[in-house]
Amino acid sequence: MIKVIEAGLLSSIQDNGRTGYQESGVIQSGVMDTFTLRIANTLVGNNESEGVLELTLTGPTLEFTEDHLIALCGADFSAEIDGAPAPLWRPVVVKKGSTLHMRFSKTGCRGVIAVAGGFDVPDVFGSKSTYLRAGIGGFKGRALDKEDVLPIGDPGKESEATFKRAEESPFTWSVSGAYTESVYSPEFIRVMPGLQFDEFTEESKRTFTNSTYKLSKQSDRMGFRMEGEPLERTTDEDILSEGVAFGTIQVPSDGQPIILLADRQTLGGYPKIGQVASVDLPALIQKKPGESVRFKWITVKEAQLLFKKREQEWQELKWIINKKLKEA
Amino acid sequence: MKVSYYPLGDQAVLLEFEQEVSPEILSDVQCVYQEIKSDAPEWLIEAVPAYASITVHYDLKQLLDAESAEAVVIGFLKEKVAASKNSDPPEQRVVRIPVCYGGEYGPDLKEVADCHQLTPDEVVKRHTDGDYTVYMLGFAPGFPYIGGLDASIATPRKKNPRSAIPAGSVGIAGQQTGVYSIETPGGWQIIGRTPEKLFDMTKNPSFLLRAGDKIEFYPITEKEYEEWQE
Repeated sequence: MIKVIEAGLLSSIQDNGRTGYQESGVIQSGVMDTFTLRIANTLVGNNESEGVLELTLTGPTLEFTEDHLIALCGADFSAEIDGAPAPLWRPVVVKKGSTLHMRFSKTGCRGVIAVAGGFDVPDVFGSKSTYLRAGIGGFKGRALDKEDVLPIGDPGKESEATFKRAEESPFTWSVSGAYTESVYSPEFIRVMPGLQFDEFTEESKRTFTNSTYKLSKQSDRMGFRMEGEPLERTTDEDILSEGVAFGTIQVPSDGQPIILLADRQTLGGYPKIGQVASVDLPALIQKKPGESVRFKWITVKEAQLLFKKREQEWQELKWIINKKLKEA
Repeated sequence: MKVSYYPLGDQAVLLEFEQEVSPEILSDVQCVYQEIKSDAPEWLIEAVPAYASITVHYDLKQLLDAESAEAVVIGFLKEKVAASKNSDPPEQRVVRIPVCYGGEYGPDLKEVADCHQLTPDEVVKRHTDGDYTVYMLGFAPGFPYIGGLDASIATPRKKNPRSAIPAGSVGIAGQQTGVYSIETPGGWQIIGRTPEKLFDMTKNPSFLLRAGDKIEFYPITEKEYEEWQE
């Protein structure tokens, strides 16, 4: 079990999200950075989409009441275990009675903690994700609070074996910085034209990619509000509410784009100028309020080829991690 | 049936019908949605019907070997659109929803009445006489977008939204009427409250309504409301 000493700014249990219930108005939720989800889980021997603890801007302080195998991925919260720096992107054994202390994030905005065995919370509509606004899923439907005690599931045989090896001699390798760098540091956030792209003025289409947009303080898991040159449509005709996706870029009447994220509503009624390429969502998600973003247009085909390449790289990395986990 | 297909990024396709809110389009959306659901391929993550569109989210990981993932998805959707021409829309259910109008449960009933120079009773009568259809669910779990409000009681939203509107509140906002399925902030004119739960996790199904349902609101007294709660 894991005891929460300090909860951090917004720490909640999230997995790959809830699918199949949008027709009834239930949002997807899930981790903001799916890249960290699959790596962190793989590092501790879990299924790629197992629930993890997602942290935002300020990490929590946790006390471990049993030995656990964990992995910290994503933003750097200057984590320490009993005062010693805790490495990121690596499986780490935390001994019973130890305390994991995290601070304000130095780089990045969101991190995850995966625990071998996952968090033992019930599936709600097929997912462990916390739907904060409706108060369902995750740990009691809410973000963590002081004094919460999080139950941990039974790790599988693979995890147990990894655990034993790590106890005998701790792992000294981590996922390569070159790999994470390639995911998190694209020069531009690549975007595809949205459904109402043609309704925007020629000037606005150029402005969107020629200027810089800043992430507003009013950004959260539902959406990033961007501040910059306003975008204009050539019409003021209303749009019927229709489905949206993770990364849909809507433009309300004030012309300031809003990028819809994990906790987006199931339907949106604002015109969509674009859609963030899936491969660049993790990089976007790690921006802090106040940071800037530049966009670049690409085609759907290009976005899918980038995705395919990323998938192949991930499969290779996964193979390497699994091999490393078996080495004594 | 006139439809168009548009990519919504690299992992979704939007199937658009004629852009209007009408019972005919709703029926088309339902027929196609039914066909998609009855024969969902592995790569189909989820389909989301709205007023005049269906958004299909697909698992690109499963379509990496395809020349064009989008073409596979659109090809599938075209088949379903064709098949839907021979299918009947799902049977229309009538769901009766009891409402305790006015008083502490409907704090804005008087304001709505004053706005149209009607008596509160007349507003209640016109609200219960409406011919309502659920067009889609969204915004919150089980929250219905309902069409069919009598235009004579259409009322603008409140200038200052309330910070918390209780679940079950029945409201009017412009030409729309609806029922809050969970407690949220909101600016609708609240004319009553139903003891029925539109979203109840402890029940299966957890959602009282679905798109296509006809709704009949009928008045109940405060006493009946309270007894219902027990």
